[in-house]
Amino acid sequence: MSFSIPADLEAELNELVTHYPQKRSASLMFLHALQEHFGYVSKEAIEWTAKKLDLQPINVYELVTFYPMFRQEPAGRYVMKVCRTLSCQLGGADKLHAHFCGKLGLDVHKHGLQTSKDGKFSVEFVECLASCGTAPVMMCNEDFYEGVSNVKADEILAKAQ
Amino acid sequence: MSTAATTETKPAPPPVDTIKIKVDGREIEVPKMMPDWQGNLQPTTMLQACQLAAKEVPHYCYHPKLPIAGNCRMCLVEFGLPAMGPDRKLLLNEDGTPKITKQVLPYEPQTPRGAIACATPISPGMEIYPSSPATKQMREGILESLLINHPLDCPICDQAGECKLQEYSVEHGQATSRFVEAKVHKPKAVDLGPRILLDDERCILCTRCIRFTKDIVGDDKLGVVNRGSYNSIAAFPGTTFDNNYTLNTVDICPVGALTSKDFRFQMRVWFLKESKSLCTSCGTGCNLTVGSREDKIYRFEPRENNAVNGPWMCDAGRLNYKWVGRADRLTEVLVQDVGQASRLSHSSEKSKTGATPVLRKTTWTAALSEITEKLKKVPAGSVAIVGSARQTNEELFLLGKLAKKLGALTDSVPREGEADKLLVSADRNPNSTGARLTGLCFTEMGIHLPKIADGIKAGKIKTLIVFGEDVTKHGFGPDLLGRLDTLIVSDILPNATTRLAHYLLPGCAHAEKRGTFVNVKGRLQKFIKAVEPKGDARPEWEFLHELVHHVTGHNGFVSIEGLFNQMAHEVPAFHGLEWAKIGDTGVTVQI
Repeated sequence: MSFSIPADLEAELNELVTHYPQKRSASLMFLHALQEHFGYVSKEAIEWTAKKLDLQPINVYELVTFYPMFRQEPAGRYVMKVCRTLSCQLGGADKLHAHFCGKLGLDVHKHGLQTSKDGKFSVEFVECLASCGTAPVMMCNEDFYEGVSNVKADEILAKAQ
Repeated sequence: MSTAATTETKPAPPPVDTIKIKVDGREIEVPKMMPDWQGNLQPTTMLQACQLAAKEVPHYCYHPKLPIAGNCRMCLVEFGLPAMGPDRKLLLNEDGTPKITKQVLPYEPQTPRGAIACATPISPGMEIYPSSPATKQMREGILESLLINHPLDCPICDQAGECKLQEYSVEHGQATSRFVEAKVHKPKAVDLGPRILLDDERCILCTRCIRFTKDIVGDDKLGVVNRGSYNSIAAFPGTTFDNNYTLNTVDICPVGALTSKDFRFQMRVWFLKESKSLCTSCGTGCNLTVGSREDKIYRFEPRENNAVNGPWMCDAGRLNYKWVGRADRLTEVLVQDVGQASRLSHSSEKSKTGATPVLRKTTWTAALSEITEKLKKVPAGSVAIVGSARQTNEELFLLGKLAKKLGALTDSVPREGEADKLLVSADRNPNSTGARLTGLCFTEMGIHLPKIADGIKAGKIKTLIVFGEDVTKHGFGPDLLGRLDTLIVSDILPNATTRLAHYLLPGCAHAEKRGTFVNVKGRLQKFIKAVEPKGDARPEWEFLHELVHHVTGHNGFVSIEGLFNQMAHEVPAFHGLEWAKIGDTGVTVQI
């Protein structure tokens, strides 16, 4: 698959660079935009960003590997982000995560984001989603769910089907 | 220090602003500003001040020639500052001395607050305690945390013996580890580039290598990837760390993370004999240390000389040592048997058929006396000498003496390459300047070579003396050399010229002898012998001295010291120099 940036996205990013005193400062915003567009940050995207911002690819690669929210592999169509910060952990985040893994045929003990075989769903733990009173909470793509029981989790999965 | 230090040669330096501080209770006056990694004056740091006070402050990430990073925390020291009252005036003790407040944590006043000595500027009245119990405790703590995920594989680590982690652990660390958890595993034997292998588990993330390649070489290839205890040094996937200076990162790596593929597992460093020498790969003349054991060279490492190479050297020069130990080195004094009077046509016949002339082994005494006999008989102007700008000043000087006596035309062979911005010079001869200063060649090196060739063609030049050059590559084809009555060749490795020689005198690599070179900028530097010459090979200056003595009748010196001093007396550019007075980093001569 060849790497190409749509003209409007490139124009948007070009404009973004002007917001910062140094080109380099726009790195994170570039990566967010590219991940949003492509679904992940590919090697080509890193190289493109570096070139645009007069950096070396390694400078951008450092950022991509540092922040867990940047993915270097494509994720599923629906990404289940299960909160595992203290309140949710106490409220059953592990159980919720295990439930998703069981349903989707994934390894509970594996670290990081995992995607089901059909490429439709991804499951990962994330840190605090800022709703500690309604633990456990999760997000399915951009939708936020509170007090997610196993039953509710199944509903979310079904809705996404 | 405020008193003007005067020397005979230099005017008194301008007075330096100084600050009085105390290091371990001893008062010392240090300059307010000192050179940073680029040589620009910056406020003096605690670390520099401690160095001036001869108190070692252990450090990993700090390197005098790299930008300060302040990430390893090893140089933490306890310190105190003069206390001030609300009126911004110094508070005094009962005895009139300024009251010092030791710095402590604001929320935990019983705990001393250290500062990283590498990045903290000194201020007047400051007291630094590099030997205090609190400082010691900080060092212990830092070392303990650095060793948490370190594999402690010293027995199989190449850095063992020259590892700062080892040294500081012995000096400042704890005897036992309290760490009982599982260590984090990181990539091992990462192929970073053609000459570098990386062990991420040994790395303490000081980032010296990153800063070196980014700020010194300008090849921003390395970075820290991943996060927390998974942090590791890496190049961007699919790229390699490959510039002409990569091996310097192995030197500056304080631990065994970056290793040289060439030296890896070859020899334990404590067995290596270290000899101060020079790089001969170009005209820069980088200072280096030869690491050898039992007459085998294992590595070259740069030796710091801020007048020449700083602490660095290029990879090409560093790896250019293997030829010294090559199996086909010339190790015998050989003479071509001259049976028939028609030797001249005889040898040209041979060169036509491609067969090599038969050479017979002889002794130095026999060969040198035969050569002397021949040279004594030849008419003036019938001899030419092609020296090499890879030879030492002493050797070139002796060749010059020989040339003067014989009325010989002399020259040497230029060697050009591409220069870079850092160290590599376009002149690939280590001693072109020396060849010019000793008068063996003219400013434009090689300008006389065609004249010599023409002289041979015209039958005017009958004897050719060649040192260290394969003249067949420089306009002296085998046919032309076949016209000579006598071809005297000295070299180290066999080549087309040595195969045609009537007298073949085996010479020495620079690592096998002593001598001096003058680099392209006029820095005269000496080097010492690291390994013994192979077989019958002798330092060129030794047998040249004998030859010059026999031919000219002049007495000379049988020691390199005496020879150098004699040369310094006779060569204008070297006037006033003495072997003993040239330090390890050389002296600058007028060119």
